[in-house]
Amino acid sequence: MQLEQHLRKSLEHKDILLMTHIVLGYPSFEVNREVIRQMVDNGVDCIEMQIPFSEPMADGPVIMKANLDSLAIGTRVEECLAFGKEMAATHSIPFLYMTYYNIIFKYGEERFIEACTEAGITGLIVPDLPPEQSEIFFRHARERNIAPILIYSPTSTHERMKELDDSGSGFIYCVARRGVTGKKSDLDEDFTSYLQRCRAATSKPLAVGFGIQSADDINALRGIADMAVIGSQTIRLVDEQGPEAVGPFIAELRG
Amino acid sequence: MVKKGYFGNWGGAFIPEVLHQTFAELEHHFKTAQADPAFWQEYVDLMSTYSCRPTPLTHAENLSKHFGGAQIYIKREDLNHTGAHKANNVMGQGLLVKRMGKTRVIAETGAGQHGVATATMAAKFGFDCTIYMGEVDVQRQRPNVFWMEKMGATVVPVRDGSRTLKDAINEAFRDWVTNVDTTHYVFGTACGPAPFPEMVSWFQSIVGNEAYEQMRIQHGKNPARIYACVGGGSNAMGIFGRFLEEEGVELIGVEAGGKGVETGQHAARLCGNDASPGVAQGYRTMFLQNDDGQMLETHSVAAGLDYVGVSPILSDLWEQGKVRFTAATDQEVMDVLDLTMKKEGIIPALESAHGFVQAFKDAPEMSTDEGIIINMSGRGDKDIFTIAHAFDDPSWKEFIVQRAREYSK
Ligand SMILES: Cc1ncc(COP(=O)(O)O)c(C=O)c1O
Repeated sequence: MQLEQHLRKSLEHKDILLMTHIVLGYPSFEVNREVIRQMVDNGVDCIEMQIPFSEPMADGPVIMKANLDSLAIGTRVEECLAFGKEMAATHSIPFLYMTYYNIIFKYGEERFIEACTEAGITGLIVPDLPPEQSEIFFRHARERNIAPILIYSPTSTHERMKELDDSGSGFIYCVARRGVTGKKSDLDEDFTSYLQRCRAATSKPLAVGFGIQSADDINALRGIADMAVIGSQTIRLVDEQGPEAVGPFIAELRG
Repeated sequence: MVKKGYFGNWGGAFIPEVLHQTFAELEHHFKTAQADPAFWQEYVDLMSTYSCRPTPLTHAENLSKHFGGAQIYIKREDLNHTGAHKANNVMGQGLLVKRMGKTRVIAETGAGQHGVATATMAAKFGFDCTIYMGEVDVQRQRPNVFWMEKMGATVVPVRDGSRTLKDAINEAFRDWVTNVDTTHYVFGTACGPAPFPEMVSWFQSIVGNEAYEQMRIQHGKNPARIYACVGGGSNAMGIFGRFLEEEGVELIGVEAGGKGVETGQHAARLCGNDASPGVAQGYRTMFLQNDDGQMLETHSVAAGLDYVGVSPILSDLWEQGKVRFTAATDQEVMDVLDLTMKKEGIIPALESAHGFVQAFKDAPEMSTDEGIIINMSGRGDKDIFTIAHAFDDPSWKEFIVQRAREYSK
């Protein structure tokens, strides 16, 4: 099933969805497997699995370190693809890959998208690939029903948002603020009017990420966004308290 | 048709969405400035009053005689203010920052020359300034860290990844996406997302424009060859630019051969076999990376050449066969430094010395009426610790030991 339809269906009986994030191979695929199981069991609606890259330019210290540590223990792209396939076959929620463009470019854009199709992956988030830069990627993704997720930022103009809306599918990932992943965001009045601008530019579901850490944050998003994205916070949690802390944390967020 | 911001297959602007608008503004200001002769005049005036432009072209008579071949000319970017070509790009971008109305500048630096130039420009124009520098480079270019701080800049050592230039660039981007409203990122070389490669090359073209005129006057004709070291490629683009369309001028880019191109411990992107096409740090070029697209560790005695990527414009010229690329090893660089100091009383930066290595290999085989230019991109004073260490200089060591003893009291 296509990603957007899947999310819309879930939205029929939930007022906000949850997307979580993991870095593949960090601290190990074994732990990834356990963390994902707990996420799914506790009601996560969608998971983005980051294929690590040596130059994670858009990520803050927590996710950056996870990328570099994963590579340091030898994580390979092929292993990430095999793991993704296993997860998509094991759980019924949609799985996405998040990675930087060089990983896809080096693998071969068409071949990578083929691999996603085969693995049952439904979407791709590539923060350093604006639609102008690879006609091939966007064409192949669309042809194979893999949603290229595009990103809105508070600095995006209305015209730019419309442009992005035309090229992307699945949902729109709205970054809550300027900056990189990890730091807390103020979900204040400016933020609300930014989300109104996002809503006016697209009819796709809106996901909000960057610095979403608590049940309060998620409550603040209810009614103005369709999906909350939890990134660095679960990595921190696993680092500090181990994978078994993830289930209760998600359950608490779900409220 | 070539896509905007591309040079053949190379270049582009692979940037996160948060920077889209700022790049649109930068592009606009750059194009407006480029079309405005008054802007270039303002730039040239600034460089001839605040800095030492035009920098001299020195006929290295002793070295020419020593090799018995081509007449060797040295373009003296060491005499530019702050001691390297880096200031050309920085002062140019500084003028653009004023036009854009931003109040803070950030930069990455490897050798520290770009950082010093940016700190200088920020002091002069009244901008806040933060410089990102890999921890490895902070250690090996300590004098430049001192001067940056003295000029009021904050120097942030970067402790991630390989702790060198590429990591400093990543960190500068992280700052930029956070502070984009007030801040301009003064990119230090002819790399990065468009329009930086073209813009940096444009400001650096002042070097080649001067050298063209100077060579006509001093040598009576065009040089047969021009040598430049290649880190990101800005000094090379600077001196090559004016000569690209000239018949009979061979252009040679010299990369860091480190411990030898066959050892894997080098930064040879275009002359070796270890690089492949990739997209990172906002642009497409030849990168030193593995089969998965993960960047490799690089090595060079020269911090400013110790980098995984290279200017997309140079990748294009390489692909078209318009520039020849070679490499110089760490050891060759030390030997050449020694000779240049003894014969000419000139101290090239470790980076610049790479260009000298290839020129000295070629000069003996050329005829005495041919001229060659070596772009001496910067001065070697910054490298005093590295060079003294490599020469294992006893009196210097004694001095350091004594100083350390005084400080630890
Ligand atoms: C003196 C000097 N030469 C050369 C370089 C290499 O840079 P580029 O290739 O951009 O000229 C540097 C960079 O730090 C430098 O400081």
